[in-house]
Amino acid sequence: MLALYLRDVRVGVRAGGGALVGVVFFLAVVAVIPFGVGPDLNLLARIGPAVLWIGALLASLLGLERLFQLDREDGSLDLMVMAGERHLTALSVLVKCLAHWTASVLPLVAVTPLLGLFMNVAPAGLAAATATLLVGTPAIVFVGAVGAAVAVALPRGGLLVSVLILPLVIPILIFGVAAVRGAVADPDPFLPPFLILLALTLFFAVIGPLAAAVALRWSGD
Amino acid sequence: MRLSAENLVGERGGEPVFHDIGFALEAGRALLVTGPNGVGKSTLLRIVAGLLPAAAGTVRLAGGGEAWPDVAAASHYLGPHNAMKTTLTVGENLAFWRDFLGEPHLAVDEALEMVGLEMIAHLPFAYLSTGQRRRAAIARLLVSYRPVWLLDEPTSGLDAASAAQFAALMGAHLEDGGLIVAATHLPLGLDNATELVMGQGGKDG
Repeated sequence: MLALYLRDVRVGVRAGGGALVGVVFFLAVVAVIPFGVGPDLNLLARIGPAVLWIGALLASLLGLERLFQLDREDGSLDLMVMAGERHLTALSVLVKCLAHWTASVLPLVAVTPLLGLFMNVAPAGLAAATATLLVGTPAIVFVGAVGAAVAVALPRGGLLVSVLILPLVIPILIFGVAAVRGAVADPDPFLPPFLILLALTLFFAVIGPLAAAVALRWSGD
Repeated sequence: MRLSAENLVGERGGEPVFHDIGFALEAGRALLVTGPNGVGKSTLLRIVAGLLPAAAGTVRLAGGGEAWPDVAAASHYLGPHNAMKTTLTVGENLAFWRDFLGEPHLAVDEALEMVGLEMIAHLPFAYLSTGQRRRAAIARLLVSYRPVWLLDEPTSGLDAASAAQFAALMGAHLEDGGLIVAATHLPLGLDNATELVMGQGGKDG
């Protein structure tokens, strides 16, 4: 299993800067907002957490449909399904999700404090945004794995994957933004939405790979 | 160990491809599946591997014991694709499969030597020619042990010398008590292999 994780991280890092594409997209989304809404620092600070979260969410959807497609195209997926007796397919899916998260989504989390400065987010908000993204984005990948597995046989499945999983990631977005807002605006609490976010991640860490494994099992042709 | 299939019916997209295919294979024996294109050879192999559900009929592996509970667990599947990442080196690819598939057999260097690729283990898989890629995929059969080899056009892209080398590897595997099911158009150079000709008699695909 460790071998699978290392292989996927290596492929993700070496295969033409998949992480960089996401980071640049994230940067583009966040950088154009101040030009659009005008130089009102208070307004920017108020919508900043939401913009960071939406940007990170959209950026992490990029490339999600390739999660299983590359393995299917080169035949590795067949071998992983056949090895189901030795390594539970759901567990392989989980490991692939974690590797994808490490290679493509973790860089987004890493640049969040910098991009938060563009939005005039307070230091506490920067820390909160980074922390919520750190615990919330794995859930996006786990949900995305289901969409990617369903659309694995479709040559242009990218849009379909996004449409399929967007309704499911809305709760993650809501609680992520609520937690960040709680950290900067005084009456709102930080901890309860943060813990719910954590619970969502744990929940989808179980449901997502299981559902994706079933979808992969029956997608073979 | 005994691999048998009875009354298999294969379907592709709801259309039946073949009917009533059956075979029985003892340890140390090979089965060559031949027949014209589109007759369902690859479909048959994928059904045996458990990657496609059979529309009817059963595939069974008897005498596998606890180590090999079903056909999928006991089989290497060498399909039309090589299951290698183009961005990783040949050695890294094989080391991964050796780790992931378990039951390590030959070391990566030894397996590459068996297929004549020992000089290029450090090259990214993308740099290899078609025949070299196929040989690297064949080396995967050697790094981890499986009693059953399911081979789909294993020699496609191989030159005569490599094909002969691969025939020797298959011979050694059969001598060890392994089983081979190979779908092929080309003679594989296996002595006393049973032949299953698909698309004759009954209904054509």
